[in-house]
Amino acid sequence: MFSAITSRLAQALLVMLAVTAIAFVMFRYVGDPVAMMSREDATPAEKAELRHSLGLDRPVLVQFGSFVGRVAQGDLGMSFRNQRPVATLMAERLPATMELVIVATILSLAIGIPTGVLCALHPEGRTARLIQTLSLVGISVPTFVTGIALILLFAVILHWLPSFGRGDVVHLGFWTTGFLTRSGLESLILPGITLALYQLTLIMRLVRAEMIDVLDSDYIRFARARGLPARDIHFRLALRNALMPVVTITGLQIGSLIAFAIVTETVFQWPGMGLLFIQAIGFADVPVMAAYLLFVGFMFVAINMIVDITYTLIDPRLRTGRT
Amino acid sequence: MSAATHRRRWRVPLSVTAAAAIVVLIILAAALAPWVSPYNPLDIGSFDLMNAELPPAFMVDGDWRFLLGTDNQGRDLFSTMLYGVRISIVIGGGAVLLASSVGVVLGLLAGYFGGWVDMLVMRVGDVILSLPTILLALLISGIARASFPNAGTAQWAPVILVGAIAIHEWVQYARTVRAATMVEARKDYVRATRVIGLPGLRIMARHILPNVLSPVIVIATINLAGAVLTEATLSFLGVGMPPTYPSLGTLIRIGNDFVFSGIWWIVAFPAVLLVILVLSVNVVGDWLRDYFNPMRRGRS
Repeated sequence: MFSAITSRLAQALLVMLAVTAIAFVMFRYVGDPVAMMSREDATPAEKAELRHSLGLDRPVLVQFGSFVGRVAQGDLGMSFRNQRPVATLMAERLPATMELVIVATILSLAIGIPTGVLCALHPEGRTARLIQTLSLVGISVPTFVTGIALILLFAVILHWLPSFGRGDVVHLGFWTTGFLTRSGLESLILPGITLALYQLTLIMRLVRAEMIDVLDSDYIRFARARGLPARDIHFRLALRNALMPVVTITGLQIGSLIAFAIVTETVFQWPGMGLLFIQAIGFADVPVMAAYLLFVGFMFVAINMIVDITYTLIDPRLRTGRT
Repeated sequence: MSAATHRRRWRVPLSVTAAAAIVVLIILAAALAPWVSPYNPLDIGSFDLMNAELPPAFMVDGDWRFLLGTDNQGRDLFSTMLYGVRISIVIGGGAVLLASSVGVVLGLLAGYFGGWVDMLVMRVGDVILSLPTILLALLISGIARASFPNAGTAQWAPVILVGAIAIHEWVQYARTVRAATMVEARKDYVRATRVIGLPGLRIMARHILPNVLSPVIVIATINLAGAVLTEATLSFLGVGMPPTYPSLGTLIRIGNDFVFSGIWWIVAFPAVLLVILVLSVNVVGDWLRDYFNPMRRGRS
């Protein structure tokens, strides 16, 4: 078991190193950092001095080493666009994105699990068919179209909800939250639903497939033979087992939800990391792009690894052999 | 599986026939856009700012010259949409073609030779799959824009979009083809070709490839829907096709700026066309997947 965990850790480190290498290559070779950071009228001597002070005249491997060192210390360089440390910019935007992702995850679980169970219990029923059809429509409607449609309906036509920004936020130390004010909560509704819909179909289909599998297993058949009430069989025996993979996938999806929040944040002008990233692309602000890549890559790898290791600890069958 | 469900499987459901018909119709309309569309939206001289933001013809202020209204530059929306769906399909199809060819070749090589080739292809694939499609595509477009000043022009944007989408999607093909190749390579007919001394490349191309292609067709169909969506998303975010040469996503981006002034048609019609196209492709793809893989019993 120990070796399984170590090799999993090594694999995670390797992927992280690869992502860092991509970020480094972007940082170093996309555009010219010296041209971006010096004044328009800088002399060649000044440029050479800047190049030296940035360490750009050293061997590539040495530069990569010091890049990894700086990243490990949380130093992600300066934004070309507004000359502030990238780490600070990211930290300011982190709460907005995380709150949006949390709301979306809760919403998608709250709707996805019951509908998935419903579809599994009566797979040939009319409701189940309708939900199945709707879910195919769901994966075919792009997030930005959902967002625009919601804005059109609830903000432009009905004037019920705000359509952009976070509303009033409360500062709690380094974290800003929209959960504590009325306008903050109202602002969360439309973006939350938009992002949740992307996740909802996946969770619903997964719950349905897992439930159908579990309901077909021997212990459920024995429970039925013993005459246990259907409600107990479905919810106390079957659903619990069906939810295990759902929890895993929901965890794994948090990384891609953060990345997908880029679209939702653009539609709703939500001041999160995704909007920062899109603006960085518009201005060719490479340090911010590289930092965002590092952040999402790190979230992905860390979550994947935690899930895998937890599984190794829980499930004895995974302890030997392949990781 | 009961006899009834078995029989049903072999009949093509009405919804799938309808979806396939819609896909064919849209592709035809896109291919024939220069002949069927009333105006040429790419010719700047043909439209007039005086006609900008006209509502669809069926509304009170509508003009029957412009069936679905006009956009902010006075372009006929219907013509622009026809050209837009053409761009969306070409880019989506191009990305699928590129991803599937690269994926099939690498998958064949990895599955047939094994060893370090296999190791290299699969590890690179693992790293790529550890990043979400949309992030990778945005990064590629962002890097291209930061490196080449004319990356955003109508000439280069499609090339970059195709590359940005395909870089993530090839892995899926490579994994599938590799697994299938490993199974095929152990079978007697492949051993026999090796015994008679055929070269590896010829064995792969002539004997193994035809036997691993059917899952590739299924993935490609489902992938086409995804590629069209990714292109639309990138264009919507402003890193795709430029407004002078709009895809459906670019049109929705343009229209999004006018939603608050009550001008809903610039956003609504392209969005509806995009959803109909993607939904129809998905319906066909879903059915193909079940058709080729009876074990899945209609699951996701």
